[in-house]
Amino acid sequence: MLAEVLRRLLATIPVMGVVALAVFALLHVTPGDPAVIIAGDYATTDDIARIRTRLGLDQPFHTQVAIWLGRVVRGDLGTSIFSGLPVSTLIGQRAATTIWLTLFAMLISVGVGVPIGVVAAWRKGSWLDRAVMVFAVSGFSMPTFWLGFILVYVFAITAGWLPVQGYTPLAGGVSSFLSHLILPALTLSVVYMALIARMTRASMLGVLDEDYIRTAFAKGLAPSGVLVRHALKNASLPIVTIIGIGFALLIGGAVVTESVFALPGLGRLTVDAIVRRDYPVIQGVLLVVSGVYVMINLIVDVLYVVLDPRIRY
Amino acid sequence: MALLSALRRVAWRRLLRRQPTLVIGLAVLLLILAGGVLAPVWWTGDPQQMRTAQRLQPPSAVRWFGSDHFGRDVYTRTLYGARVSLVVGAAVALVSLALGTMLGLVIGFYRRLDAVMMRVMDGLMAIPAILLALALMAMLRASVRNVIIALVIPEIPRVIRVVRASVLSLREHTMVEAARALGVGTPRILVLYILPALVAPLVVQATYVCASAILFEAYLSFLGAGTPPHIPSWGNIMAEGKTYVQLAFWIILFPGLFLALTVLAINLVGDGLRDLLKVRG
Repeated sequence: MLAEVLRRLLATIPVMGVVALAVFALLHVTPGDPAVIIAGDYATTDDIARIRTRLGLDQPFHTQVAIWLGRVVRGDLGTSIFSGLPVSTLIGQRAATTIWLTLFAMLISVGVGVPIGVVAAWRKGSWLDRAVMVFAVSGFSMPTFWLGFILVYVFAITAGWLPVQGYTPLAGGVSSFLSHLILPALTLSVVYMALIARMTRASMLGVLDEDYIRTAFAKGLAPSGVLVRHALKNASLPIVTIIGIGFALLIGGAVVTESVFALPGLGRLTVDAIVRRDYPVIQGVLLVVSGVYVMINLIVDVLYVVLDPRIRY
Repeated sequence: MALLSALRRVAWRRLLRRQPTLVIGLAVLLLILAGGVLAPVWWTGDPQQMRTAQRLQPPSAVRWFGSDHFGRDVYTRTLYGARVSLVVGAAVALVSLALGTMLGLVIGFYRRLDAVMMRVMDGLMAIPAILLALALMAMLRASVRNVIIALVIPEIPRVIRVVRASVLSLREHTMVEAARALGVGTPRILVLYILPALVAPLVVQATYVCASAILFEAYLSFLGAGTPPHIPSWGNIMAEGKTYVQLAFWIILFPGLFLALTVLAINLVGDGLRDLLKVRG
């Protein structure tokens, strides 16, 4: 088991290598001089020269690649052109907000998505099933930021129950922290919830036809016990997979959600960096977020073995 | 004309009974397409015309969707916004499918290439699509063409995966083995035997790529890194409206409603086609 986990961990190295190279290559997607583009329209030749040295763009291409990879391996993400602070510091300051936001959104989506998917599969063809499917398809098509504004309009502006936007750290009081996070987390969770509900329903439908389920019902076990212990456990692999893969969706949604609710997280950091063409920051966020994505999917792979002892790599 | 007669031959009644969501999705999509293409004839005005005396007017008999902070007509701008979304959605679907299919065919058929290229694809797909598109837009000048490029690049590895998976199973098919035994060359096998079998899964994939491209264009524009601000795309209209959520919610409500309906319609068409063409996945 441990050897297996170690082997999977090693297998992430080439993947992260490709991510690092792709993130480096981004600077060179346009035919022109990246320093000129980053410096913007009103830059002097001095500005351009300064940025060129700063980013190492005056070095030969292969040296640039080597320097970049060497820095990434050491965990050095460079310094921000705009603020002069190390990129790792900037990411560290903003990470907590995004982690809380995605964590809450994930809890809501799994907490609601899995049960409604189970019920829909159990009562296949009923109005309940149809309602869940309508929610799954429309929820998946919903523009995240638009949904955010609708929720803000209904619950914050019209009803006045929750703050319109902004953020209080956990240290500033639990109730204020939660009240600022409910609407963003709810907004972010809908797409993911729809995806999970749909996958749960499909996966449960495949299992509910099995003989052992009929046996379990026939011997008079409570439906909830049969659904959760017999069916859901065996239907859980595709659900866990979609939770892992869908994490990318959650991160993408977080960027937009943070912008709607003015949350000081990684998404806002990225959007600000893009407006200012602060490339080291953009590259740093891309690397860190992709790394987290790879790690989450590694955990999902390990969970497979726990959930289904038949699986051996 | 051939297309028209083909359309007439489709048994609409039966299709409506068996795939009601597909037909509804197609109908909504056609309506929005008509709204965008024929925007000038639907009692609209000039989408850029400012009327400072009529700033932030609520929806009324004259201004159906209200007016924005420059007094521009939100209804007119919303209809014109359909053009950008539909063009971007269709272009991203076509280009990423064309490129992804070509690469996927080659990668799936040559084993030696496959192992390396799939690791590369895993790496590229580990970068969340919206962040990759945002980063690309930071290096490209804001234009509709560049938005299309920035959205095609993250989609290509995903299309390649779909194509490759089909190629891998088709490659072992008896007809391919037979063709090989008869001395048919690899390029010919790819085009004559593999490609036709890929049409159904690719058509379904195209609808999903199109739907997500339309959403992502709106996200990019909303974040200020997409379609140039002077073009009324749904994302741009909502980005300008976000300062006025409390005063003029209609600036955000209507374009977003159109956006949600369009994406929903395309997803319904995709789900319907998937069931109809019996594509797994």
